[in-house]
Amino acid sequence: MDDGTIPAQERESKGTVFNIMRFSVHDGPGIRTTVFLKGCPLQCAWCHNPEALPGAPVLVYRPDRCLACGDCVDACPQHAIRESEGKFEALPELCARCGTCAEACAAEARELIGRPMTVGDVMREVERDSPFYRESGGGVTFSGGEPLLQHRFLVELLRACAGSGFHTVVDTSGYASPDVLYRVAGLTDLFLYDLKSVNEEIHRRFTGVSGALIRGNLERLASWGKKVVIRMPIVPGINDSPENIETAGRFIAALGNVVRIELIPYHTIGIDKYERLGIPYSLAGVQTPSCDSMNRIADDLLRFHPVVSIGG
Amino acid sequence: MTDRVRMLREQSLAAIPVLAHERALLVTEAAMNTGDIPAPLRRAGVFRYLMERETVVINDGELIVGERGPAPKATSTYPELCCHTLDDLEILDTRQKIAFRVSPETKDAYRERVIPFWKGKTMRERIFSVMDGQWKDAYAAGVFTEFMEQRAPGHTVLDGKLYAKGLLGLRSDAASALESLGRSQDPLAGAKRDELEAMMICADAVITLAGRYAEAAEEKAGSEPDPLRKTELLEIARICRRVPARPPESFRDALQAYWFVHLGVITELNPWDAFNPGRLDQHLAPFYERGIADGTLTREGAKELLECFWVKFNNQPAPPKVGVTAEESSTYTDFANINSGGLTVQGEDGVNDVTYLVLEVIDEMRLVQPSSNIQLSRKNPDAFLRAAAGVIRKGWGQPSVFNADAVVEEMVRVGKTVEDARQGGTSGCVETGAFGKEAYILTGYFNLPKIVELTLNGGRDPRTGMQLGPATGDAAAFHTFEEFMHAFRAQVHHFVDVKIRGSNVIERLYAEYLPVPFLSLLIDDCIAKGVDYNAGGARYNTSYIQGVGIGTVTDSLSAIRHHVFEEGGLPMAGLLGVLAADFQGYEKTRLLLKNRTPRYGNDDDGADAIMQSVFEIYFKAIDGRPNTRGGTYRINLLPTTCHIYFGAVTGATPDGRNAGTPVSEGISPVQGADRQGPTAVLMSASKMDHVRTGGTLLNQKFTPKLLEGEKGIDCLAALIRSYFRMGGHHIQFNVVDAATLRDAQVHPGEHRDLIVRVAGYSDYFCDLGRSLQDEIIARTEHTSL
Repeated sequence: MDDGTIPAQERESKGTVFNIMRFSVHDGPGIRTTVFLKGCPLQCAWCHNPEALPGAPVLVYRPDRCLACGDCVDACPQHAIRESEGKFEALPELCARCGTCAEACAAEARELIGRPMTVGDVMREVERDSPFYRESGGGVTFSGGEPLLQHRFLVELLRACAGSGFHTVVDTSGYASPDVLYRVAGLTDLFLYDLKSVNEEIHRRFTGVSGALIRGNLERLASWGKKVVIRMPIVPGINDSPENIETAGRFIAALGNVVRIELIPYHTIGIDKYERLGIPYSLAGVQTPSCDSMNRIADDLLRFHPVVSIGG
Repeated sequence: MTDRVRMLREQSLAAIPVLAHERALLVTEAAMNTGDIPAPLRRAGVFRYLMERETVVINDGELIVGERGPAPKATSTYPELCCHTLDDLEILDTRQKIAFRVSPETKDAYRERVIPFWKGKTMRERIFSVMDGQWKDAYAAGVFTEFMEQRAPGHTVLDGKLYAKGLLGLRSDAASALESLGRSQDPLAGAKRDELEAMMICADAVITLAGRYAEAAEEKAGSEPDPLRKTELLEIARICRRVPARPPESFRDALQAYWFVHLGVITELNPWDAFNPGRLDQHLAPFYERGIADGTLTREGAKELLECFWVKFNNQPAPPKVGVTAEESSTYTDFANINSGGLTVQGEDGVNDVTYLVLEVIDEMRLVQPSSNIQLSRKNPDAFLRAAAGVIRKGWGQPSVFNADAVVEEMVRVGKTVEDARQGGTSGCVETGAFGKEAYILTGYFNLPKIVELTLNGGRDPRTGMQLGPATGDAAAFHTFEEFMHAFRAQVHHFVDVKIRGSNVIERLYAEYLPVPFLSLLIDDCIAKGVDYNAGGARYNTSYIQGVGIGTVTDSLSAIRHHVFEEGGLPMAGLLGVLAADFQGYEKTRLLLKNRTPRYGNDDDGADAIMQSVFEIYFKAIDGRPNTRGGTYRINLLPTTCHIYFGAVTGATPDGRNAGTPVSEGISPVQGADRQGPTAVLMSASKMDHVRTGGTLLNQKFTPKLLEGEKGIDCLAALIRSYFRMGGHHIQFNVVDAATLRDAQVHPGEHRDLIVRVAGYSDYFCDLGRSLQDEIIARTEHTSL
C-alpha cells in the first residue's frame, strides 16, 4: 500500500476546495480550520452542502444581490450569460465555470464555488491560525463533500499537516476503497465518521449507495486501532425509529474504537442553497427533531456507548 | 444574593437620574464668600464648605454609606467648570437618551443664583475664549474633540496607600513636607506651601464628612425600631469615626474608607472616569484573610459587603454632559473600572480568593457601574481565566480582558519603573496607567477618517468649503499611492500640532485656576513635590490623544491604493466625484469599493500593512512630545461613542461607507468587513504594535450558541490567550444574537435589562442612541454552523 513516497508531480497537484473555514469549533477538538474538499459519491437527501456534491466548481447566482448592471454579460468569455426579466442566468451548456463573471461582479451576486488549489495554497491558509491550534489543542479538519474522493490530494495535505505538527481530523462518510482508507488512516489523528443508517434499505434509499462498504470500513478502522467519533444525522421519519437506533447502537458497541457518539439533529439551513442551485429538495416539510426526541435517542444509545452528545 | 442586596440593587436600578443643584448652590455661596486668595487654598475652602454642608444620606438597609448627591442618582453639577444654561437644563430634562430630570426648584436656583454668578467665569468659557482660530475651526469641523471643556482632568486610580496610612497618615506626610519646606531655599516654596496647606484642609474636610455620617447614623439608630438595623447603624457610625481618617482594620472598614475618598474626589471636581479603587482584590486580600482567619468575616459576608459597595457606584451617574462632550460620551456610565488578577508588585501571580469573589459579584450584580475587567498575565492560572470566561459568555460585556504583561511592558517602555507598572493596570475604557502615581489624562478623540477626507480634498472640508488643513495638493494629480500617503501624513501632523497647542494651553488653565488639592493628596508624588495633580505633581504625567476609526482609514486607503493606483480601474477624479455624491447613482462603484478591496480584519497582509503605516504615522506625530506637566503625549486607540459623532461629521469614504454613518470603533475592523472569523480578526489586530500605545480597544461579537458548554469556555479562553501571546492589549465581548437586539429596538419595554458592550464599557441597549444601536447590530457576528 502506501510506501511513504509521493511522485514529485503529485506534490504540486491540485485539488478542488470549496471552502476553508477558520475558527471551526464543532469539527474536532479545540480551534480548527476546516478544509472542505469538493465532490461526494453519496446523494444524501438531507445534505446541507449540495454545492459540494459535484466534483467540479459550481456557479451560484443570487438575484437578490444583483444590480442588473450587465458586467457579467460583458465579462463572460463563453458568452453564456443571458438576461431574462432582470435576471442574469448562465446557460449551463455554454458556461465553462471559469469564474470570470464572479470576479467581475462587484455586488457579489455571482460566486464560483470550488477552486483549484495546490497543497501549498491550502497549507498557507491553514498555517495562518497555528497560534490558535497550539493554544487550544486544535488543528486541521478535512471535510467535504467526501474528502476521500480526492484521496491523493488529501494524503498530501495530511502529510504536510504532519510536517507542521498539526493535529488532523478527517470528516468522512467512509465511502471509499479500503486501500484509500488505509493510506489516509496512517496520517489521521481522529476520524469523524458518519453513520447514517445500519439498515441497508434505508441507506440505499436516502444516500443512493450501499452501506456495506461504510460499515466494513468502520470495522477496519477499529481493527487498526484508529480513534473515531461516530456522527449520526437524525432525520425524522427516516432513520430515527427505535429499531434503527438500536441496530446502530449494537453495531457501534461491537467496534471498540469509538470515542463518542455525536447526534446531529436534521436542520433546514441548507434548503435555500437548493433554490439557488436550482436543485429540487426531496425532504421539504420534514421538521427539525424536538429536543425531547433527541434526548430520547441519546438515552437509547447510552445503553451501547458511555459518551453520547447532541451537536449540530 | 441576599435580600438586602436585592433590595438595594433594585432601588438603584429604579432610581431616575436627576440633576441636583445642591453642589452648584454650595459652590456658588463658597465662591462668593472667598476673597482673592491663592487658587489651591481657594479650592480647598470650597471643598471644605461642601464637605461640611452637603446632605448626608443613609439609605435603608445599606452597609456602605455615602452619596455624592442628596439621593441615589441625584447628580451634582460643576458650574465653576461648565455652568449649564437654562436651555441646557431644558435639553437635559427632555432629551430622549441620557436625560436628567430637572425640577422647577433647580431651574429657579440656576436662574437666580448659579448662572448670574458664574456667567463669564467658567473654565469652559475661558477655554473657548483662548483657543486660536485654527483650533476652533478644526473643533467645529469634528477633526478632534476636547475632553477638558466640561469635565476635569482625572483619569487616575488609587493604589494601596489609603489602606496603609489613612487620610491622617497622608495629612501628616503633607505636614512633614510643609515643615521641611520651611528650611529649604526652594524659590517656589510659597506656592508649594499653599498647595500643601490646601491638601491638609482637604484631608480634614473628608474626615469631617465621615464624622457627619457617623452622627447621622447614630441619630438614625436612636429612632430605629428594628433592633437588627439599629445595631447595623451603630456599626456604621463606629466605622465612619475610624475611616478614612485612620487605616482600616477590617474588610468593611477598607471598603468604607475607599468610598469616602471616592466621594471626595468626585465632589471636588467632575474628573473624567470618576475615581477607581484599581486593584481592589489585592488591596482587600489581607483584610479578607485576616477576617476569615479570626472568624470576624465569612465569605458570604464579604460578598454582601462587596455587593453593597457595587451599588454605591451605580448610584452615581456621570455628571450631565452637553454638546460635543455628550456626543462623544453618551452614557450614564462614569467609567470607574475595577481591575482583578494580574501581577503583584513582585511580579508574581496576583490572583487571590477575593479575585474569585469579585468575579461572582460582577456576575450577580449585572450593573453597568462599576465597570470591571480582568488583568490576565501568562502567570495567572487557567482557573481564573475560565471563571472570568464563564461570566463573559453570559453576554453583557463584563468583565473585559486585558493583557497584564503587555500593560506592564507599555509602561516600562515609557520609563515607568517595573514595580510601579505592576501595581498599575487599566482604567476608564482601556487606558494604561500607574495606579496611585500617574495623571494620565485623555485630551480628546482624533478623527482619522476625517483626515482622509481632508487629504482627498487638498485640506478643504467638503462639508463647509472651508480650507481647514494645509493645501497638500489636488489628489487627482497624485501619481502614486506614496504621494497620497505623504499628503495624509502632512494633514495628520498639522492637526496633531493644532490639538497639542490647544491642550497645552488648557493644561495650564487647570493648573492655574482649578487645582485639585484633595486628589493631589492621594497621588504620588504631589505631596513630595508640593505640586498639584493638575500642575504636574504626579510621578508620571501622560497626555493621551485617542485615535478613532483606524479600520475605516485602513480600508479607505487600501481602496485608494487598489482601485486608483494599482488596478487603475477607478481614476482619482472619478472617486472624488462618487464620494461627493455620497454614492447616489453609483451603487456599483460603492459595492466595488466595499467588496473588492483588501480589508483590515481578514488577516490580509496587504491591508494589515496599511493599518501598520497609519499607526506609524499617528504614533510618530504624537508619541513623546512634551506636555506642560513635565510629561509627554502618547497615543491610544479607543472611541467611547465618538465613532458615531465622527461618522456624523465625515462624508462618504473610499471604503464604501456612506456619509454620516458611523466609522469603525476602537481597533475593530469596519462593521461587517471581517469575513474570515474571529481568529483572522485577532491576527490582523495583533499586527499592530500595542506596546507603543497606552491602550487599544477590540470588540468581538459572538452568538450565544458558539460559546455553549465546556467547549465554548475552552475556545473563548484559547482565543484570549492566543491574542495576548501575540501582543494584544485588550479584548471585550458581546455575546448576543442580532435578532435579540433588533427585537429590543422594536420592543424596548421588554428589553429594559439588556446590557451590551459598547466600547470599553457596558450600557443598557435601550439607553443607546439609534445610530449606536444600529452600529452594534452591524458589528460582525461570529457564528457557528
